[in-house]
Amino acid sequence: MCTVCGCSEGETTIEHSHAHEHGHEHHHGDHEHTHDYGQGAAHAHAPGLSQARMVQIEQDILGKNNQYAAANRGYFSEQGLLTLNLVSSPGSGKTSLLTETIGLLKDQLEMAVIEGDQQTTHDADRIRATGVKALQINTGKGCHLDAHQIGHAVENLKPEAKSILFIENVGNLVCPASFDLGEAHKVAILSVTEGEDKPLKYPDMFHAADLMILNKIDLLPYLDFDLEQCIQYAKQVNPRIKIIQLSAKTGEGMESWIQWIKASQAVQLIDYVK
Amino acid sequence: MHEMSLCESILEIIEHQSQQQQYQKVKTVWLEIGSLSSVEPEAMLFCFDAVMQSPLVKGAKLEIIHIQGEARCLQCNKNVAIEQRYDACPVCGNFPLQISAGEEMRIKELEVE
Repeated sequence: MCTVCGCSEGETTIEHSHAHEHGHEHHHGDHEHTHDYGQGAAHAHAPGLSQARMVQIEQDILGKNNQYAAANRGYFSEQGLLTLNLVSSPGSGKTSLLTETIGLLKDQLEMAVIEGDQQTTHDADRIRATGVKALQINTGKGCHLDAHQIGHAVENLKPEAKSILFIENVGNLVCPASFDLGEAHKVAILSVTEGEDKPLKYPDMFHAADLMILNKIDLLPYLDFDLEQCIQYAKQVNPRIKIIQLSAKTGEGMESWIQWIKASQAVQLIDYVK
Repeated sequence: MHEMSLCESILEIIEHQSQQQQYQKVKTVWLEIGSLSSVEPEAMLFCFDAVMQSPLVKGAKLEIIHIQGEARCLQCNKNVAIEQRYDACPVCGNFPLQISAGEEMRIKELEVE
């Protein structure tokens, strides 16, 4: 039971807790609409015949997530944490990029990782093997992490003040774009085995990201991937996006990524007092 | 299927509002969905029925008010209608466009009893 928000368990598990299934059944086409309220008619229903009335709501559907995200952002800022939300398709090499990054940075910076996957703790296990603390969130049927889950994960993980918190989101280029987690930056990772038109096919994600990492560039000689075209597409969707080309496997380009992390951390800490 | 999570958020807002606004039954829900909002109206309709199962909302009808994407071209300074984030300015053919409408995902109003 959550002391902050009073929530009970959902279908999400934050490592080792129990998941329960919601029995959502869909009965398409068997609604019983006994009156016709269709297409604006509700605004014109005869007074006195029913108790129906209109209620103005005017609320953003994601309003609640955004409130949790704002609370997370406040906490991250208070703690001097740089939080990076890593998003990509499944198989782009997010976890390998993270383990290599940790290897390069662990003598210089404190780090922690939140791993999001539908099932298994494989990714958190891979991170923990590097000696950095990690926590797995299994989203069950969910296709993204939300700000509420992150709030709880941070409570459990307790990252050190002034550390880097990486959040490896569920491999999905659609939904994580809409869910603010309170991070400083979304980092979209695209491997060159995926095709250069990904930024156009999934524009919401590349629009929301501040940095695009083109991973697995060691494979370029064997592929028809059009690097220039890919960069142009990404800039078309998001003129502000920064782009780093690297190979987590060979280490080529990793220095730029490390510099970007350090620069982002410097900005995050600029008004940190403690 | 993040439309499922969105419907769950809608349900939460409706349940919360039912105490403040004193209603026992929701008959119709009007949503404003922008064409650039990454919500698929068909999927939304499908998930809505699946999620709206409690007595407060069962059988409620979902009406989606579509909001056209709009942007201002930073080159020719015209306001233009767009379908996708990556559309070029239909007047001068340039990028970038600054989006001014079409990202909405809002519950506008309810018909209740």
